[in-house]
Amino acid sequence: MAERILDVKNLKIDFHTYAGDVKAIRDVSFHLDKGETLAIVGESGSGKSVTTKSLMGLLANNAEVTGGSIMFHDQDILKKSEKEMQNIRGKDIAMIFQDPMTSLDPTMRIGQQIAEPLIKHKHVDKKKAWSQALDLLKLVGITDAEERIKNYPHQFSGGQRQRIVIAIALVCYPEILIADEPTTALDVTIQAQILELMKELQEKIETSIIFITHDLGVVAGMADRVAVMYAGQIVEYGTVDEIFFNPQHPYTWGLLNSMPTLSSTKLEAIPGTPPDLLDPPKGDPFVARNPYAMKIDAEQRPPFFKVSETHYAATWLLHPNAPKVTPPDEIIRRRQTFKDIMAHKAI
Amino acid sequence: MRKYLLKRVFYMILTLFLVATITFFLMKLMPGTPYSNQQKMTAQQIQIMNEQYGLNKPMWMQYLIYLGGMLHGDLGVSFQFSNQPVSYLIASRIGASAQLGIQAMIFGVVLGIVIGSIAAVNKNTWIDTLCTILSIIGKSVPNFVLAVLLQFYIALKLGWFPIADWGGFSYTVLPTIALGVGPLAETARFIRTGMVDVLNSDYIELAKAKGMSRYGIVWHHALRNSLIPLVTLIGPYTVALMTGSMVIENIFSIPGIGEQFVKSILTNDYPTIMGVTMLFSAGLVAVILLTDIIYGIIDPRIRLSGSGD
Ligand SMILES: Nc1ncnc2c1ncn2[C@@H]1O[C@H](COP(=O)(O)OP(=O)(O)OP(=O)(O)O)[C@@H](O)[C@H]1O
Ligand SMILES: [Mg+2]
Repeated sequence: MAERILDVKNLKIDFHTYAGDVKAIRDVSFHLDKGETLAIVGESGSGKSVTTKSLMGLLANNAEVTGGSIMFHDQDILKKSEKEMQNIRGKDIAMIFQDPMTSLDPTMRIGQQIAEPLIKHKHVDKKKAWSQALDLLKLVGITDAEERIKNYPHQFSGGQRQRIVIAIALVCYPEILIADEPTTALDVTIQAQILELMKELQEKIETSIIFITHDLGVVAGMADRVAVMYAGQIVEYGTVDEIFFNPQHPYTWGLLNSMPTLSSTKLEAIPGTPPDLLDPPKGDPFVARNPYAMKIDAEQRPPFFKVSETHYAATWLLHPNAPKVTPPDEIIRRRQTFKDIMAHKAI
Repeated sequence: MRKYLLKRVFYMILTLFLVATITFFLMKLMPGTPYSNQQKMTAQQIQIMNEQYGLNKPMWMQYLIYLGGMLHGDLGVSFQFSNQPVSYLIASRIGASAQLGIQAMIFGVVLGIVIGSIAAVNKNTWIDTLCTILSIIGKSVPNFVLAVLLQFYIALKLGWFPIADWGGFSYTVLPTIALGVGPLAETARFIRTGMVDVLNSDYIELAKAKGMSRYGIVWHHALRNSLIPLVTLIGPYTVALMTGSMVIENIFSIPGIGEQFVKSILTNDYPTIMGVTMLFSAGLVAVILLTDIIYGIIDPRIRLSGSGD
């Protein structure tokens, strides 16, 4: 079995605001194995960024972790002091942000920006750090790196800047790379290149990736496993194939239905909006937007039902006593594909 | 870059020429004459004096003579200060003014940056509030009031520093503080606002994600980026220090240019007024060019677009 490097259990995070406590993360558990890529998908505001920031110990000042644990190997990140976290950030766990146009310091040479984590964590001198920075710059595919290393961020395009941000994140060969919507701000062709680069580097550097996105389209080629988040909770998780071709939660159905595919004739956005996290519903948070909702959905939060060894979904539809419902056509089509995949695997 | 600089220098000269012209004619509109005891002078005496100083010539000729002299670096002879050449007068007094100005600027800006940064890092805490209150006080109390207060409490009551006059460094301390508190308050306010913005930016988040310490982030990333807007203040500061120094030099009896300038205006000492005005203008124009150069040093984005000019 693969080595488990990160284990998040029952994480709960509130934000104290003037309007009251925003219950942004409500009992989230997931894990990450060595070398794998976990995608966390979900609508805007579902808590993806808050989850990843808690892994880095970079939550806003008004945040309070009200429960749970984040085990990184055998140490709980939530129990670490700020000083201890500084030694983990950028060294063991690194992060790539969404907007490459604003992620780099406009007044510092990119060589120095890449070298900084090395100087901080590996205590190498500036010259050595710059030479390693140069190697990284070549590795992420910046041409003419010897010259470009002395340039400033504004002298690079968006795609190149994201490559530089990736170089910064990987310069200490971290065990975990968190990428929070790393391609959202880029145009489609550049997106593909950056994703390709991340996969390539993952092999070379042997890092695990937590890949955050609200775009299921980019997940298929990237991830090994997927966790679907909704209103501060994970509602379904499984392998890529299981989530894409055998989804169980109506919210996952909705997400897949609203994703353009070759066979889809029309796109259906999920109607309605997510619940107010100041006062979250006590049952299934998706109840108000769920065409398959039952009475119990409004009253009691569904537990995770096991679909397979790797696949779990929190929906009452999986309860043995629940009525059988017919999913949308698109999902039925996908399940057919899933059967083919399974049959193929069985051979 | 060379072409750009040449263009800038040309505009500087043009500006100075305009200042010289306007000041010359405005000055002639001032009421009174340079003679302090005119009532007692006979018409003939005045005539002789006017001839001696070239004041009987037509206005345009006086103007041309003045411009011609200035081109040779000759600013004329003071009416007031025992007929010394104005250039000599200025040279003998610029040291004190420059020292005071530079000290006040360094004191104000450096301390302002420190206080502003501390306020920004501790945003919305009592430290921030304290810094804000101090900078409001510093900005709203006129520097001559502060000067007098310092003289009374620090010099007279406590006796830590001399009350007035000009000697060693200890004589400069109180006037430096009086002159520097304005820029200090302004800088602190500016840096605080700028740095709060900068500390919220994505690249600071990335710096945190690299594992950098709070002070490492302020020192290596936030400070330089917060300094950019401050550069725009250098011009106004210089003006403030120049005009401020006139009053402050008077209060502390410092033999500087400001003090001399005030006297020369009160006595219609035309050549000295012109000389000092030209000096101030030249200083200001130079500061504006300097500002742009400093901009380029701090902000690489501007440096490159400037060289492409
Ligand atoms: N500092 C904060 N104070 C109050 N509420 C916050 C704060 N930060 C986040 N939240 C709330 O937490 C919830 C989750 O936010 P989060 O940024 O994790 O969403 P996300 O899934 O990353 O969305 P997106 O796709 O837009 O990035 C949102 O409801 C948001 O309003
Ligand atoms: Mg987000």
